[in-house]
Amino acid sequence: MKRIGVFLCHCGSNIAGTVDIDRLQEAVRRMPGVVYVEQNKYTCSEPGQEQIRKGIKEHRLDRVVVAACSPRMHENTFRRTVESAGLNPYLLEIANVREHCSWVHKDREEATAKAVDLVRRAVAKVVFNRPLQKARIPVEKRALVIGGGIAGIQAALDIADAGHEVWLVEKEPSIGGRMAQLDKTFPTLDCSLCILTPKMVDVAQHPNIRLLTYSQVENVGGYVGNFEVTIRKRARSVDESKCTGCGSCWAKCPHKVPSEFDLGLGQRKVIYVPFPQAVPNKPVIDREHCVYFKTGKCRVCERFCPAGAIDFTQEDELITERFGAIVAATGFDLFDHARYGEYGAGQDPDIISGLHFERLVNASGPTEGKIKRPSDGKVPRSVAFITCVGSRDDHKGISYCSRVCCMYTAKHAILLSEKVPGCRSYVFYMDMRTPGKGYEEFYKRSQEMGTQYVRGRVARIYREGDHLVVQGEDTLLGRKVLVEADMVVLATGITPRRDAGELARTLGISYDQYAFFNEAHPKLRPVETNTAGIYLAGACQGPKDIPDAVAQASGAAAKVTAMFSKDTLTADPLIATVNEAICSGCLWCKPICPYRAIDEKIITERVRGRTVSRRVATVNAGLCQGCGACTVACRDGAMNLLGFSNEQVLAEVEALCR
Amino acid sequence: MKYAYFPGCSLSGTAREYERSTRAVARVLGLELEEIPDWSCCGATSAHATDKLLSLALPARSLARADEMGLDVVAPCAACFNRLRTTVHAVRSDRKVRQEVEEVLGQPYAACSDAYALPDVIVNRHGLDNIVPHLKKSLGGLKVACYYGCLLVRPSAVTAFDDPEDPQTMDRLVRALGGEPVVWPAKTECCGASLSITRTRVVWQLAAQILTAAQKAGAEAIVVACPFCQSNLDMRQVQAQKWSGRRWNIPVYYFTQLLGVALGLPPGELGLESHFVDPLGVLRQKALV
Repeated sequence: MKRIGVFLCHCGSNIAGTVDIDRLQEAVRRMPGVVYVEQNKYTCSEPGQEQIRKGIKEHRLDRVVVAACSPRMHENTFRRTVESAGLNPYLLEIANVREHCSWVHKDREEATAKAVDLVRRAVAKVVFNRPLQKARIPVEKRALVIGGGIAGIQAALDIADAGHEVWLVEKEPSIGGRMAQLDKTFPTLDCSLCILTPKMVDVAQHPNIRLLTYSQVENVGGYVGNFEVTIRKRARSVDESKCTGCGSCWAKCPHKVPSEFDLGLGQRKVIYVPFPQAVPNKPVIDREHCVYFKTGKCRVCERFCPAGAIDFTQEDELITERFGAIVAATGFDLFDHARYGEYGAGQDPDIISGLHFERLVNASGPTEGKIKRPSDGKVPRSVAFITCVGSRDDHKGISYCSRVCCMYTAKHAILLSEKVPGCRSYVFYMDMRTPGKGYEEFYKRSQEMGTQYVRGRVARIYREGDHLVVQGEDTLLGRKVLVEADMVVLATGITPRRDAGELARTLGISYDQYAFFNEAHPKLRPVETNTAGIYLAGACQGPKDIPDAVAQASGAAAKVTAMFSKDTLTADPLIATVNEAICSGCLWCKPICPYRAIDEKIITERVRGRTVSRRVATVNAGLCQGCGACTVACRDGAMNLLGFSNEQVLAEVEALCR
Repeated sequence: MKYAYFPGCSLSGTAREYERSTRAVARVLGLELEEIPDWSCCGATSAHATDKLLSLALPARSLARADEMGLDVVAPCAACFNRLRTTVHAVRSDRKVRQEVEEVLGQPYAACSDAYALPDVIVNRHGLDNIVPHLKKSLGGLKVACYYGCLLVRPSAVTAFDDPEDPQTMDRLVRALGGEPVVWPAKTECCGASLSITRTRVVWQLAAQILTAAQKAGAEAIVVACPFCQSNLDMRQVQAQKWSGRRWNIPVYYFTQLLGVALGLPPGELGLESHFVDPLGVLRQKALV
């Protein structure tokens, strides 16, 4: 017979205010196996825990039930308590009589009766609890950071500075990401690249960082502490070890194509670095557009390269490496305003996005920092800015706020008035959202510099001869307004990367309806994912400005270094296990597992004197997160979740249905 | 393809040329239109400004007959289409509405048949690929402003066949016919519709804005798919000219008329004689008639 002790918590008046603890104690005393019951005002307090330890020793308890708050609050506390008294921590059960009872009921009679049921359930279950041992997993102390924007750069530097090896994988030819495309940053107006390039150089020179640009993650296997990742290093057609970055090749290359970095406003050569401060400062050949790759003639770059670094025969390289942790920092794409027919459907060259505007004001941009409109190069005398394009618009299927557009539009208006004195500027807005340090002051500054803020959504933008007409409503005046503008800047919102869903599936992490990656808890675990060992940084998790992206990156790095501070990880033993004797090998469990933890295995056994081989399911202890989906799918009842075994759950059901 | 045809009241009155050109074009394209027997008025603005249930029950009466025919419905008039489509949508999405409508009709009505607008049927469902082989003439770069008005593409959740802010269905047709659809800002503005009768001055003002926008965009003609749009821009054009002091002289065609011209049908079969602003001058310049 088991010797069960039950500890009833008042939680001040949180529980005792609704549940009659004395009557609960009387009822529990009569439950089978219960040899000791006690009440405490606060069981989680130091004296309360001491009472548990004392009870275990004095009454030789071998099972403990605590009737208190949710196990999500204090299960670990009480596990440690019983462990310190010499019991296996998994011989504890929690009966949640607070969130599941006292907090949601008013009637004392009914609540007390329900509390009795809940404790009876826990007592019935704990009889079947078995001691479980935590497994220890070795940790590969090498981190993979996916994405070389500001978030990925920050995470890589922080992990590397802590003394661990980091691989930084970036799909473009250079790191820098979106921040490299920006001109100035709000609310201080420092030059974006001036504050970014030192960090980019740090990455390139850091002895602990291996930088792989023009590369993409192809496959991720394994589990926390032991991921096995395949990376495709695309053929650069340039030998990085020989190239000095002198620039002769792209100076002499005779062919130009629209520059992705300048969003098509300018041109680049076919062999190119995306921008002058690129890291690494080594070009790539865009094979899709290269005349040599298309026709077999040209090779001008090869002729002019003094280092002999051009290598047309280079091939993609597949690199497989083990990593202990992964940080996803893949950033964002901009909403494509072609979806706004009423704003010109992306067809009018003078209706541009905010990022286009960044390139127009930037000194290394296509106009060398002179604000000229794309259609005819004229300096605009009047510019309209429109916020919430592809944000907060249910008609376009995007309900969220992109968080940065109000502020970057205020910045654009300030930059415009500095660069083109006397130019009129109008900002059409729904609400101004300025919740950041110094943000409201920055917005005020743009107003003081003469920007006209008009509260109302714009109905239509159309061309009338040389200029554009912005037709909207001033909802504060209650009047229709028409504004003539030489150029219109749409503050297009932040969307997930177009391939975000694909990467999430490769990584085995979850994402929301838009394909932003899901954090494990919206408040308390903002940098972890639900997959152990994979962390998030920056706008891949949701729209963010630079300070927030950097903060989250450092948070993710702190999580990684904390994990790397130990040689082994302790894995929660509450995972699925297969009873191979009755597993029929149907593998229904395999596709149901969201963590890809189940695989097949061939076992050999002796049946009536003969050796036979058959297929069974096997669970990878590192990958299993203990969700229990497989136990439900298993037709043979061979799959069991330790700590929630079939017999434990049935005992609970029986106790509740009595 | 065969459709249950809901002509609506205007097509035997002010919009007889829409009826004639629709029938003529359908015949050439091989679209079979079977008129819904004993159809009744959709109720138009009058019904839905009076009573919601009435505005659903009136179209439901004709739609129930289409259900019996086992055919989807096509309506040339934008307002009829809008009322029919709204009814199908309301009855399908709300069980209570369906019960109320059935009670009024005194018969079951399950909204089996869909209701489509004529431009949607010809351009998107029948398809340009099935039109192009029949074309006899090219519009020769005729600059056309395609005017959709309010009811054809809105509310988009109900009409659901084109962008509510920048519809393209008729623009694609015009391009296929060899015309040049202009980019212009007024394609979904309101023409004033039935205020033409009660507050004519409002229509002058709205028509003036639309016609001016078309003129500024360089349009030589306007095409429409709605009897009210046509009459407000065509019949009221002279009055709007006097009222505003501007001059446009832009012919306003039903899209079926321009399609008919390109299919080589004679003007008489397309009702081109019954316009206010001369419809033939522009066509003669392009040697289309």
